[in-house]
Amino acid sequence: MTTLTAVGLPPATGRAGFGGALRSEWTKIRSVRSTVWTLLATAIVTIGISTLFAWGSSGHTDIQDVPTFDPVRSAMFGIVFGQLVIVVIGAMTMSSEYATGMIRTSLTSMPRRGVVFGAKLSVFTGVALVTGLFCSFTSFFIGQAFFAKVSVHDFRGPVGAKGPGPAGHPVITIHDLSTTIGAPHVLQAVIGGGLYLAVSGLLAFGLAALLRHTAGAITAAIGVLFVTFIMAQFLPSDWAKHVDKWVPFFAGGQLWGLRKLGDGSIPMLSPWTGFAVFAAYAAAVIVAGAVLFKKRDA
Amino acid sequence: MIEASGLTKRYGERLAVDQLTFAVRPGQVTGFLGPNGAGKSTTMRMILGLDAPTAGSVTIDGKPLAAMAHPMREVGALLDAKAIHGGRSAYNHLLCLAQTNDLPKSRVAEVLELVGLSDVARKRSKGFSLGMGQRLGIAGALLGDPKVLMFDEPVNGLDPEGILWIRNLMKGLASEGRTVFVSSHLMSEMENTADHLIVIGQGRLISDCTVQEFIDRNSALQVRVRTTEPEKLAELVDTAGGRAKPGADGTLLVSGLDLTQVGDLAFDNGVRIHELSPLQASLEQAFMELTKDSVEFHATVPAAQLASADGKVEAGS
Repeated sequence: MTTLTAVGLPPATGRAGFGGALRSEWTKIRSVRSTVWTLLATAIVTIGISTLFAWGSSGHTDIQDVPTFDPVRSAMFGIVFGQLVIVVIGAMTMSSEYATGMIRTSLTSMPRRGVVFGAKLSVFTGVALVTGLFCSFTSFFIGQAFFAKVSVHDFRGPVGAKGPGPAGHPVITIHDLSTTIGAPHVLQAVIGGGLYLAVSGLLAFGLAALLRHTAGAITAAIGVLFVTFIMAQFLPSDWAKHVDKWVPFFAGGQLWGLRKLGDGSIPMLSPWTGFAVFAAYAAAVIVAGAVLFKKRDA
Repeated sequence: MIEASGLTKRYGERLAVDQLTFAVRPGQVTGFLGPNGAGKSTTMRMILGLDAPTAGSVTIDGKPLAAMAHPMREVGALLDAKAIHGGRSAYNHLLCLAQTNDLPKSRVAEVLELVGLSDVARKRSKGFSLGMGQRLGIAGALLGDPKVLMFDEPVNGLDPEGILWIRNLMKGLASEGRTVFVSSHLMSEMENTADHLIVIGQGRLISDCTVQEFIDRNSALQVRVRTTEPEKLAELVDTAGGRAKPGADGTLLVSGLDLTQVGDLAFDNGVRIHELSPLQASLEQAFMELTKDSVEFHATVPAAQLASADGKVEAGS
């Protein structure tokens, strides 16, 4: 038992704090395979679906849609599905501690719970931002490559001197509908796509701190992000004009396109106001989660 | 030193821990005994600050754990060997703990060596046996070279070699002047390991004394005598103020008189004796006796009866 004497342990200096907790949380998040797989899945789903959608648009866009064509939102369409995957990472970052019982070990080694929560939140925010921005920028550039040559279909019959196309067949012309990152509002919208994904993940992180249950948190996050959006489609229009702008997807979604979401008949929030509302939803859930994280028996 | 004062935990209607006041001192192994559900784990969780007490307080060297500059250098605990993320390797599990207290990476390799897990350090702990998981948990507890160590039922499910290893480890840690607090529901385990005992039942303190005091207080000494004239000796014991009752295979169990008194009594009266030996009621019996009123769940049908009932069913059909 003489080996118990700690040979490699230098005398303590200072006080264990946020820096150590950050390093610890980074070790935690990078050292489990599920993080790597779900990050990869977020990228594949977001970029993959964006690419498919852009490819489809470039092969067939109706001439009536050309004036309202949004080359940024159309390039990042996969975000709608990517948000459903990034919530899994957000939820698991927190809930896996409870699912495995690791939380008791974590809080014994660092009983200052605010430090643990803050470090976990910071590390996940970093990971989610990098993932989100990687997805939005990659999707954007792939999309512009497709949008440089869009087959625009015209079913309207006679156009100019050319006369109508063969019966039932459109006149097809090739248009360049792409934009560049330097064009007005484009950079903001592409960054907005990354932010939207990151905040979706953070919402799930907060829900997991509240519910301490992986499946519960994921279900709740999908409910907030996706189900509210679907339900909004069925609202009578006099309700919709008051409610829709507050729906998380509509509020947060304004930022990552050049044109407003929705069909234009219903008032929507401006890009940054909408995003602030979306972020406030996530913040409220995270604050509630933090309070319970500090108070509850682990 | 761990000091609890009026420590109470209530879960709804149920009082899990009821006004516990005790001190766990350094330099010895203190056993924390009680039947299942007595409140041992809850008490340990409150010591670590995982659960907040409903009333009362508990401190480690005068402070709550959360106030320590480097908590892992003060307290190391193994509450549940399964309280780890199975997808993480043993090395990374210990690394993420060490980092919270600014402990050097080299210490991780050191404790892995210490518990004998160096060869599987890079393997995910999901595949570990119970014994290996227990060793990993202990490695985590030892990371900060802490002054206070707490183990909750550390030998549960371990093989004899593992039990011996943990027992020696705890004694070694105590001999280095550390505070070692270990819970168990088995008296026999504590008998071999602990110097001091804190016994609880239904959340209440039943006994707080040294193991020797516990034995002296709770196990009446008996003398076993094998003689050719049991009736005569029994009469003599009676007259001398002791009590004698027949034991197994013709022996006589004498209480109230000690070994010398029984021997002298027989010699003086010419009773031939073939065996004269001291008998100590085991601590297990004393413990069961002491906590029998506070056991939460009693088996209503004795196991033997159940077995014979089974037999009858078979015979009848």
